[in-house]
Amino acid sequence: MNDTMTRESSTATALRDNAEVAEALGRGYAAGFVTDIEMTSLPPGLSEDTIRQLSAIKQEPEWMTEWRLDAYRHWLTMPTPDWAKLKIDPIDYQAISYYAAPKAGLKSLDEVDPALLATYEKLGVPLHERARLAGVAVDAVFDSVSVGTTFRKELAAAGVLFCSMSEAIREYPELVQKYLGSVVPTGDNFFAALNSAVFSDGSFVFIPKGVRCPMELSTYFRINAQNTGQFERTLIVAEEGSHVSYLEGCTAPKRDENQLHAAVVELVALERAQIKYSTVQNWYPGDENGVGGIYNFVTKRGDCRGDDSKISWTQVETGSAVTWKYPSVVLRGDRSVGEFYSVALTHHHQQADTGTKMIHLGKYTKSKIVSKGISAGLSSNTYRGLVKMEKGAEGARNYTQCDSLLIGKKCGAHTFPYMEVKNPTAIVEHEATTSKISDDQMFYCRSRGISTEDAVSMIVDGFCKQVFRELPMEFAVEAKKLLEVSLEGAVG
Amino acid sequence: MLKIENLHARVEGREILKGLSLTVNAGEVHAIMGPNGAGKSTLGNVLSGREGYEVTAGSVTYNGIDLLALEPEARAAAGVFLAFQYPVEIPGVNNTYFLRAAFNAQRKARGEKELDSMHFLKLVREKLKVMQISDELLHRAVNEGFSGGEKKRNEIFQMAVLEPQLAILDETDSGLDIDALKQVAQGVNALRSPERAFLMITHYQRLLDYVVPDFVHVLADGRIVESGDKSLALKLEEHGYVGIGEGAPA
Repeated sequence: MNDTMTRESSTATALRDNAEVAEALGRGYAAGFVTDIEMTSLPPGLSEDTIRQLSAIKQEPEWMTEWRLDAYRHWLTMPTPDWAKLKIDPIDYQAISYYAAPKAGLKSLDEVDPALLATYEKLGVPLHERARLAGVAVDAVFDSVSVGTTFRKELAAAGVLFCSMSEAIREYPELVQKYLGSVVPTGDNFFAALNSAVFSDGSFVFIPKGVRCPMELSTYFRINAQNTGQFERTLIVAEEGSHVSYLEGCTAPKRDENQLHAAVVELVALERAQIKYSTVQNWYPGDENGVGGIYNFVTKRGDCRGDDSKISWTQVETGSAVTWKYPSVVLRGDRSVGEFYSVALTHHHQQADTGTKMIHLGKYTKSKIVSKGISAGLSSNTYRGLVKMEKGAEGARNYTQCDSLLIGKKCGAHTFPYMEVKNPTAIVEHEATTSKISDDQMFYCRSRGISTEDAVSMIVDGFCKQVFRELPMEFAVEAKKLLEVSLEGAVG
Repeated sequence: MLKIENLHARVEGREILKGLSLTVNAGEVHAIMGPNGAGKSTLGNVLSGREGYEVTAGSVTYNGIDLLALEPEARAAAGVFLAFQYPVEIPGVNNTYFLRAAFNAQRKARGEKELDSMHFLKLVREKLKVMQISDELLHRAVNEGFSGGEKKRNEIFQMAVLEPQLAILDETDSGLDIDALKQVAQGVNALRSPERAFLMITHYQRLLDYVVPDFVHVLADGRIVESGDKSLALKLEEHGYVGIGEGAPA
């Protein structure tokens, strides 16, 4: 197996030097460093052979390999989507490596390469026993593999399963087989099909009946290697009456090439279960001239399968060159609730086409959408949302609020709300505003002693308040800081 | 403290201030009165550094420094405060948070130690008491959904917390009913001190019944055309601005 892999540690050093130059030229993207670590990876290219190799490296059972191959064959028949309001150069799927992992074998956190632990320390995600975030269990995914999951014993005592997807496939095959692809089928869309074929790692969470997860769960995704794509797959299943809050953070080094990140996240909430999923997405956005950055094409969907269940998405999107992402909820169970709170900030040449889909199937289902788009520089920021009231959605309700804030004169904000109402008793409400930071607001702040930059971040923070309120405390602080950094140089 | 000499200023190419001179010493309260369009608000905006106001001649010296050379935030840190005629709404930004940011930004600029939220809140509560303002104000977003009176009271409250040396009140009395006016006046009076000077820009004499000025100036056509004590304001109340300033030096 080792013959087919290539070593990359020398190129990693060369890349780090590049990154330092980029650092000097670029804006304040603090997570833009590269970790110099010996890697094993598959050579670039995608074929049935690649998928078999990937599956073999991960020691997957036969059914999993076949599942991947089915998805791959389906993917080959699908056209690249072009309906979103995005300008993207064609992606060469044969130029991407579909697997990259730190070379050393990983059995427990104590065996993890110190360079890796240091990487997460630097990102503010301590994995080491002594320094763990109080009360938050972390799964850290580095390129294609999970490098460690904390607090596993404590969680196991409560009956909660929290591990990497690779492990779950080996350890809990019946659960994975039952739920994987049950929310986002392999052929759902182009990027979901690609992910199903080549997904490397991600997190698996299972909360048994009646259990309230004793701590916040979180996954920290890091892309490090060059020319690799990250294709993570996350599955969260909350059984009857259970509760879980899950957080996800993402960063990547600065590189001149665009890198692909195509993730799939599936959530399943059974009767009376509640899942709260929060994301702070800070993939490298490219430099101020639009060079480099991550292509973030993500399919996230939750299924309120049981009556009275609830799924809530909260996202703060500041990174990536291109974001294409619509975390959705299928409101299948009667009286189930779906929520989507979003802050999407674009600067320089960033493009974001993001929003949600709320599919109301059950009776008296409720959904709420609060979207805050902030555009600065030459960026383009689009909200695209679908609210669908199916025939059986008796008495269903949706409330959508979509606000855009423009900073400067060369950016764009667009809102595309789609509504399909097939049940006459359903109620759909939509409110939208577009505003600018006014000269009056700026002068008011400055006349009180507050600098231009601080005034902008304060006004933006106020604009996002409704969404930040939904984030767990520590994430809210991080999100706020992230917006400040992302807006550097936006005014003045 | 403040010395304005032969100040000329333009807005959108039109000359509004045409040779205004005025001296204000610490501890004094000056009222600037005058008809609409005389340049009263322009004076306040020029002194606090609003963009779009172009000074074409003259000088403004504040505590020995060239005030016009400073950015608005530096003027604030130096102790200049403008109470806005139309206070601005900042949705979602908590009033206390805003005020603490301003307070600490000014202290930082002056090289003083910043206050943590505990101590700041204590200070704020003391000021509320002195100003007789309800603490409900603290929990709302900056001026968002405030009534006209609440906005003006909030300006005075900000002034009380920021403790400026030179406070410019731009028509703070306009649009207030008598109770709100009394409350605002009481706040201003509570802040009068030998170290602090006030420049009260107003259209009506009414405010001066409650805040008694040391000097009253009449601003007409971009210049101070007449100066006197409180009795000048009463004279204006009786006769209007017609005839004022005739015979004053051009």
